[in-house]
Amino acid sequence: MNMVNIKINNKDVKVAKGTSILNAAKEVGITIPNLCYHPDQEVKANCRVCVVEVEGARTLQASCATEVKEGMVIRTNTQKVRQSRKVVIELLLANHDMDCTSCKKNNQCDLQEIAANIGVRESRFENVLVKQEIDTSSSSIERNPNKCIRCGRCIQMCSEVQGLAILDYVGRGGSVDVKPAFGMYLNNAACVACGQCSVVCPVAAITEKEDIEQVWEAINNPNITVVVQTAPAVRVSLGEEFGLEPGKIVTGKLVASLRALGFDKIFDTDFTADLTIIEEGHELLKRLSDGGTLPMLTSCCPGWVNFIEQYYPELLPHLSSCKSPQQMFGALVKGYYAEKIGKKPKDVYSVSIMPCTAKKFEAKREEMSVDGENLDVDIVLTTRELAKMLRQAGVDFTILEEEEYDTPFGLSSGAGVIFGATGGVMEAALRTVYEVVTGKTLENLDFMAVRGLEGIKEAKVDLDGTIVKVAVAHSLSKAKQIMELIKEGKADYSFIEIMCCPGGCIGGGGQPFGGTDELRIKRTNAIYEADKGLPIRKSHENPAVSELYKEFLIEPLGEKSHHLLHTKYVNRKK
Amino acid sequence: MSNIEITKKILTARFDVINHDSIDEYISHNGYTALKKAMATTGEKIISEVKTAGLKGRGGAGFPTGLKMESVLQAEGLPKYIICNADEGEPGNFKDRYLMEKDPHQLIEGIIICAYAANINHGYIFIRGEYINAINIMDKALEQARVNGYLGDNILDSGFNFDMEIYTGAGSYICGEEFALLVTIEGKQGRATYKPPFPTTCGLYNKPTQINNVETFCNIPHIINMGGEEFSKIGTDSSKGTKLVCLSGNIVNPGLYEVELGTSIRDIIDKLGKGVPNNRAIKMVQLGGASGPVIPENMLDIKLDSKEMSKIDLTYGSGAIIVMDDRIDILDILKRIIEFFHHESCGKCTPCREGLTQMLILLDRFIDGVATSDDLAILEILMETMNQASICGLGQAAPTATQKVLEYFREEFTSKIRSTDSNVV
Repeated sequence: MNMVNIKINNKDVKVAKGTSILNAAKEVGITIPNLCYHPDQEVKANCRVCVVEVEGARTLQASCATEVKEGMVIRTNTQKVRQSRKVVIELLLANHDMDCTSCKKNNQCDLQEIAANIGVRESRFENVLVKQEIDTSSSSIERNPNKCIRCGRCIQMCSEVQGLAILDYVGRGGSVDVKPAFGMYLNNAACVACGQCSVVCPVAAITEKEDIEQVWEAINNPNITVVVQTAPAVRVSLGEEFGLEPGKIVTGKLVASLRALGFDKIFDTDFTADLTIIEEGHELLKRLSDGGTLPMLTSCCPGWVNFIEQYYPELLPHLSSCKSPQQMFGALVKGYYAEKIGKKPKDVYSVSIMPCTAKKFEAKREEMSVDGENLDVDIVLTTRELAKMLRQAGVDFTILEEEEYDTPFGLSSGAGVIFGATGGVMEAALRTVYEVVTGKTLENLDFMAVRGLEGIKEAKVDLDGTIVKVAVAHSLSKAKQIMELIKEGKADYSFIEIMCCPGGCIGGGGQPFGGTDELRIKRTNAIYEADKGLPIRKSHENPAVSELYKEFLIEPLGEKSHHLLHTKYVNRKK
Repeated sequence: MSNIEITKKILTARFDVINHDSIDEYISHNGYTALKKAMATTGEKIISEVKTAGLKGRGGAGFPTGLKMESVLQAEGLPKYIICNADEGEPGNFKDRYLMEKDPHQLIEGIIICAYAANINHGYIFIRGEYINAINIMDKALEQARVNGYLGDNILDSGFNFDMEIYTGAGSYICGEEFALLVTIEGKQGRATYKPPFPTTCGLYNKPTQINNVETFCNIPHIINMGGEEFSKIGTDSSKGTKLVCLSGNIVNPGLYEVELGTSIRDIIDKLGKGVPNNRAIKMVQLGGASGPVIPENMLDIKLDSKEMSKIDLTYGSGAIIVMDDRIDILDILKRIIEFFHHESCGKCTPCREGLTQMLILLDRFIDGVATSDDLAILEILMETMNQASICGLGQAAPTATQKVLEYFREEFTSKIRSTDSNVV
């Protein structure tokens, strides 16, 4: 590697050519505060918080945007730098809603943290904020323009990664705002509610729609049985909220914490992930044998379903009719479990803990009600909201003893767990489809070709002589590429898995704030580690699933499944 | 000295002598001879002449033109682009408009020579949208140049291909900033961006791009015709050639003048502008336009010379000279200037976007007589941060006039500090 010699704060350092001053400083243990910079995004250099002195330069330089050069002499903490940073932060605060103590991101706000760290005690400038309406129109995310610092991270996420560009800069000068075109409400704009904007927002300008209070009410109502399901990806990220190492598997603590909060039954969405594989696997086999529409597209990701309904409705026949694991779960709770425990559906409150904001919207779709009166999933909480509930209740997550899920929906396979990572649904399906079709035992369960953070992945599987070609895509810009291939008739795949968020659900819009690729890799590794550690790793070998078919569902794609586990989609082009 | 002695007509020599509509008249007045001369030699030779001439950019920043041409020539990546910045939006400036309206082919010839020197095949003239007349004249002139074989394929049988088109801005000041200008041509919002990399290596569509001001390009044919050595004899040691000066404000004869660099501001005001109406006293003169510094009357002997001016932290910028007599209210002038920048800021970076709003609030406190000494201290710290931390020249230069007022007319501020404030500076 090409190295250059530089001096940072009088210390000689050797760093790789092309490194930014910001990252070079990090290597020698100096954190330069920054707001608009994000390691996975293009450099924007607009917040001007990360400025440093570079000898010979006329002005201070943005350390995020300046590459080191041989012989460069950098000072990160001079009076000039300190003064500039302070003024910049004070300027931001002077156009910011300063209700920090009641803010949704109190103690989780980058602006607040930097202000505290660099010693801002007051803004010496007059607060000039012109209060704007908070956009609460979306059932998934909330946009509070009064908190926005115009850093543009959400814009890049929405346009570059998701390919949607719902949010952009509007206006100029002092009246620049970040909002949908024509100031539209989010629910009128063609937003898919993925919430990726909220993950990268350094302040509280975009957050999840908070639904915590309803859950407390249900928990504290003695007449209601509150059941909760936990998505695969939550168990590898929730620990981060409590300072645990990223990528730590906290399944047992998660169960214990939910019990500590007062949930009556703690179930696992992984169970219905296994069920999804059975239903979806059979749907695929049926399409293959009956000449149905191919390639078949997965339907477990609600952000992705929103995307195809809004942007490619002409391709809806490709979409699997299977409900997502969350909604299969909800349907079973209200359409099976309630009766089993002698309760009316309205007296069983169904909560799900998801890494996702779009799940909130999905749960509210009117077709997601088996009795036509009560929603199958009453409330969806994100990973972040669960962490908030635990903090509210004073539960010390780090010292909780591990506990087990309840029966009957607590048992799952490794195939269900890997739903949380991009490629996981595909891999889980292949494990089952292979054995169902060939009647043979799969020797190697690890389909490495569909794993990892590459945008579009392909694999070929030999099903006893029949070669099945599959593809996996994550993030909507990649989904768009696949959709165009299908439209051009160039997608010679049988089955395609699509996840809306980068990395799949482990990188979901409801996961802890500040997601980066580095974190996604750690969470992904944890997901596969969890899979490896389970005694059952194939969905069709989950005895609880077999039991459910025997006792209630009878057969995959059967009449009960049709009613409870499958759904229809609508053209929602905007 | 008479007018004739301090006026030196090189770029303006054909103004009102030839009909701007006629390429034939341009040709008959020595037009396109430099291009022929240039095309008989190499790009390196042309660039070397420009370097010898000592020409510096006339848009305000004063970067050596030859160096810019050289780095575009040496930059890797094809295609390369050449862009003429004719987005003349700086209040107080109108020289580029005259250059386009009165002698359009001089500009076209200059651009073609530079394109040839760096082997560039495509160019743009980015003209301010309000300059409808200039746009029409340039459009027609480009067509004449095409018909006469100066633009298009195989120019003058040299095998060199080059053409350019006009791109008009919608009137946003920031689009005169080179990166904002570039992204506008790409169809994006006109917002500044960080540098380096500079346009010479990573400009339009991330390709090497030469961007120069109208007046800079107009100098090129003269450098080629007289030779760099001869050109460098005009002006001073540090500032070569002539400068177009836009004289405005409280002046008897406002207008456009071309003077040899090194001429004093007082001479320009007194001899060309014929002084202030009714012989009123001059209170302050602003140089370069709204983003430029102001100086008091007793500094008017300073010469248009970059070295001399930089000693006292001044520049002549793009050449505007705005004269203000003793009736003006300095704080009111500053407020108008800051209101202009507040309106024109792209809003991308914090110091400029938020800083200008706060400057207006602070200026109002002084105007209303309710300011404290703390307000003065924070105003100065704010302006320093804007100079130091803004992403582009707009935010960096917007406070210049205010800062110079604090340097030369500090009492304008201190006298407005509330008298109950004991801690008067």
